[in-house]
Amino acid sequence: MNVYVAGADIGSTTAKVVILDGEGKIAATSLGPTGASIVEAAQRRFKEAIEAAKIDEHEVEFVVGTGYGRFKIPFGHTQITEISCHAKGAHYLFPGTRTIVDIGGQDTKAIGADERGEVTDFCMNDKCAAGTGRFLDNAALAVGLSIDEIGPISLKAAKPLRITNVCTVFVESEIMSHMARGEKIEDVLRGVHNAIAIRSIALMRRVGITPEVTFTGGVSRNVGMVQALEGQLGTKVNVSPLSQYVGAIGAALYALERARGAPPTELVAEASG
Amino acid sequence: MISAGVDIGAGSTKAVLYDPERGVLGTAAVKTRVDLEASGREALAEAIRRAGLAPSDVRYVATTGYGRYQLPDRDLQITEVTCHARGARFLFPATRCILDIGAQSSRAVRMDDRGHVMRFKMNDRCAAGAGKFLERVARALDIPLEELPAVALRSKDPQPISSICAVLAESEVINHVSQGKPAEDILMGAHLSIADRVLALLRQVGGDGEVTLTGGLARNPAMVHALELRLGRPLNVSADTPLAGALGATLLGQQRLAKRLAGAPA
Repeated sequence: MNVYVAGADIGSTTAKVVILDGEGKIAATSLGPTGASIVEAAQRRFKEAIEAAKIDEHEVEFVVGTGYGRFKIPFGHTQITEISCHAKGAHYLFPGTRTIVDIGGQDTKAIGADERGEVTDFCMNDKCAAGTGRFLDNAALAVGLSIDEIGPISLKAAKPLRITNVCTVFVESEIMSHMARGEKIEDVLRGVHNAIAIRSIALMRRVGITPEVTFTGGVSRNVGMVQALEGQLGTKVNVSPLSQYVGAIGAALYALERARGAPPTELVAEASG
Repeated sequence: MISAGVDIGAGSTKAVLYDPERGVLGTAAVKTRVDLEASGREALAEAIRRAGLAPSDVRYVATTGYGRYQLPDRDLQITEVTCHARGARFLFPATRCILDIGAQSSRAVRMDDRGHVMRFKMNDRCAAGAGKFLERVARALDIPLEELPAVALRSKDPQPISSICAVLAESEVINHVSQGKPAEDILMGAHLSIADRVLALLRQVGGDGEVTLTGGLARNPAMVHALELRLGRPLNVSADTPLAGALGATLLGQQRLAKRLAGAPA
């Protein structure tokens, strides 16, 4: 019988499960909306991942849960904070990672990691929508475009505008007045992306910006955001197509350590709320 | 000699005409548009029309509010704090503190017993504690803005809103809705959230004595209720307190005008 482990990252909007084999290779992934029931979402993703990996549930030796819904995962053996899992997962995808910036729908995190993918420091904003995915959602709404369109359009900017407000609500009015003055939509949108980049970099500075920088979270799929971040940082950032799975990969890696007999680490203790 | 005060706020633009012998001659409030200058002119023209005057009758124009630099015909621009203090003291002479809650900013002002501003605190960086917060919540609940106060006042069991950020509060509101909480309870929760934010500003300036509520949210009886509930005592509020900024501007304009006519340096 082969050894498999799983990591389940149940976030406020999406649920992710990753299955690793005994070698630490990704055997399967599954992603879907969390919806109203965390338990159901976790079970559905776990089942889907098992089927995709063509294995039996009993072959999964250890499951680590992470994310906002981690304590409600019925099949989880232990829970580890998303900060620790993010660092571990980013290190797995890009072993040179020392700084992680994770921009999600409702929060932004900056994490410092060492050469083993252990957290050295972290900082987060979950009090205010400025600098998060919600800020982009609102900007898209203000200009009447979908969230998937604004990134590519922002790349065409010749003269990016500077967005002076911080508050998402006020930025909406600022965008409207730029548009009313006849500014080009790409210049406005690039300004919006730059504003988020500047906010994220301020957060990253608090943990120290050491290359390589890995950009994760749902917003990392936005090409405009990648370019804005690179432009403002003045350096390349690592982005993976698996970036939404970073937390789940990290959780699965911790599961693998435990399956191999590693003692529980302090990381199991809560590092954040 | 008639003076005008024009308060170009983020949500609405107000104008008040004043004559020392006859008192307030006319007032107007219009929605502020993207073109701040046009909004200022519109409010001023409307106040003049309502007073049955001609534009040439107005000898002095003082502006205040977020758009106060945008009206080129002004004789003077004055900060919101100074104008609200003057206007509030005119309406309620024993006023010692002002809470000014506008669409995009809120302020707490502390005055001495003669009405001089001693200190003030404001939030104009974020929509928390300002009218925009309510607009967001109303949008999430799909309730027209003008119906907000009446709906909120029906609340029996206000639901707390813990997010300070107006945008994140929207998700919380949707959560409350999906749990079957009545709209009036969510809405009163939003009013109480604003009350908590602005009363924190008030405490920072020292909030004893009579408190006068100014700014656009002074028009909202649910806001008055929420503030009085949290403060534990009544506020000074009337149909004129939302105009306090424009009123203060015209009164301060009168002083300048009087000095100018007396030949003293302005």
